[in-house]
Amino acid sequence: MAGPAVEVRDARKRFGGVRALDGVSLAVEEGEFFALLGPNGAGKTTLISALAGLVRPDAGRLRVMGRDVASEYREARRLLGIVPQEIVFDPFFTVREILELQAGYFGLRASRPWIGELLERLALGSKADANMRSLSGGMKRRVMVAQALVHRPPVIVLDEPTAGVDVELRQTLWQFVRELNAAGHTIVLTTHYLEEAQNLCSRIAMMKAGRIVALDSTRSLLAAFSERVLRVKLDGCALPASLAAGAVQDAAGWHRIPVENAAQVESALARLRDAGAKISHLEVAEPELEEVFVKIMGRADAAAGEAA
Amino acid sequence: MTGGFTTLFRKEVLRFWKVSFQTVAAPVLSALLYLVIFSHALAAHVEAYPGVGYTQFLVPGLAMMSMLQNAFANASSSLIQSKITGNIVFILLAPLTPGDLFAAYLLAAVVRAVAVGAGVIVAVAWLVPLPLPNVLWLAAFALAGAGILGALGIVAGIWAEKFDQLAAFQNFLVMPLTFLAGVFYSIDSLPPFWQAASRLNPFFYAIDGFRYAFFGRSDVSPWTSLAIASATLCALSWMTLRLLRSGYKLRH
Repeated sequence: MAGPAVEVRDARKRFGGVRALDGVSLAVEEGEFFALLGPNGAGKTTLISALAGLVRPDAGRLRVMGRDVASEYREARRLLGIVPQEIVFDPFFTVREILELQAGYFGLRASRPWIGELLERLALGSKADANMRSLSGGMKRRVMVAQALVHRPPVIVLDEPTAGVDVELRQTLWQFVRELNAAGHTIVLTTHYLEEAQNLCSRIAMMKAGRIVALDSTRSLLAAFSERVLRVKLDGCALPASLAAGAVQDAAGWHRIPVENAAQVESALARLRDAGAKISHLEVAEPELEEVFVKIMGRADAAAGEAA
Repeated sequence: MTGGFTTLFRKEVLRFWKVSFQTVAAPVLSALLYLVIFSHALAAHVEAYPGVGYTQFLVPGLAMMSMLQNAFANASSSLIQSKITGNIVFILLAPLTPGDLFAAYLLAAVVRAVAVGAGVIVAVAWLVPLPLPNVLWLAAFALAGAGILGALGIVAGIWAEKFDQLAAFQNFLVMPLTFLAGVFYSIDSLPPFWQAASRLNPFFYAIDGFRYAFFGRSDVSPWTSLAIASATLCALSWMTLRLLRSGYKLRH
């Protein structure tokens, strides 16, 4: 029994007076596409760094595929591929040299075919023999992804891989990562683009101030904290009283009317028509992770306020 | 030692070899300039050992001094560059042991030192007649001296957070200790206090022993020098390994 792909139990880490990790526990099952979300400074990168052995937690246990990241660090690191958040590179080498060196650090010798495939898949083939210095930011990012995959780790962690990356690369990258996930790799992702997490990830953990404040499937989070709404803008008339109850009006004059399904949209529209309201704009907004995020972060703030 | 060690060692050698004009040729040129200037200024006045001209006397010391300084520079500059640019993360993410890191940085420093030392000796051999050295003593002191400074370079590279901190380490510790290690004179010519002070400097033994390999003559017995240099290397290696195991300034 290997256990979960990633297992964190009561991880704690202080940096001076800051509790970067304040008792974090979570498990990511094998084959999951998992998102770790939270505002800047929530502790996401510290958690990833602890998993990678770059940060040594003050307390708690972390395991990758059942291997303890401290006592079995060599095995744990072989099972883990990390794409760090900051773009970093070694200016002395070409793309291919970088990848061959990285494979070598893992004790792998005959990795040329796989490196060739990585270069191909990440659209780096034409730059294989170019020096790292001559690459654009997006290309350096792709090399970092390749570096993380060079030892074929079953667990892949991407720390904000699409920050400052153009649309085309984002598409290529997600396409590739989805295929890796489909092939059985466990993916853990942090991102500030919530629609990416919503589209890609089956389960989400939200962190704030070193704690997990929400941990559930994407579907449940959306169902619990966000709703489908009918948004209408009316031409010089008020919302009929029968609809005004659950509705809110924003600063731009849009009315947000919660709806559960298409039938309710239809009935709301019928009431507007009956009231003689003239609709100038109309749209149906699907549940959004962004709304979930804002609500959960607000709730966490309130809880922290009460505790204080 | 794991398979990762070989790759890290190779990478560290490649790193300086790719810019060998700066990392090997330049220090060889500096040593030649010292030789030309000091031998011109002092050759008529000083005879360090009977029968050994001052210019000849100077050559092994200068070669060893260049080796010591370059061994230090190789390990320390590689580490601090990786730390400041952040690419050290790729080494820290790999399943390399503290022993792998230590051995790879240390041996690469020794390789650079030997390349520089050989460069100095070969270049000088055209200008100054040198006796054929005793290869065993030569190798023993070259390895011990370069090893000591390679280990010290690793410590400095880990400790320093900025280039100016590393420069301070280099300018206020490594430079004075190498310059005052009897490169330019026999310590027998010094007043008693400075003779005693020189004997506290471990670099002195590396230089004195290295010179013995050429002339069969030295200020202290080569066996004493070898014992002290080896003990220094062992102590520093032990400390460096402990530092790497603790994760000091590398893993937070």
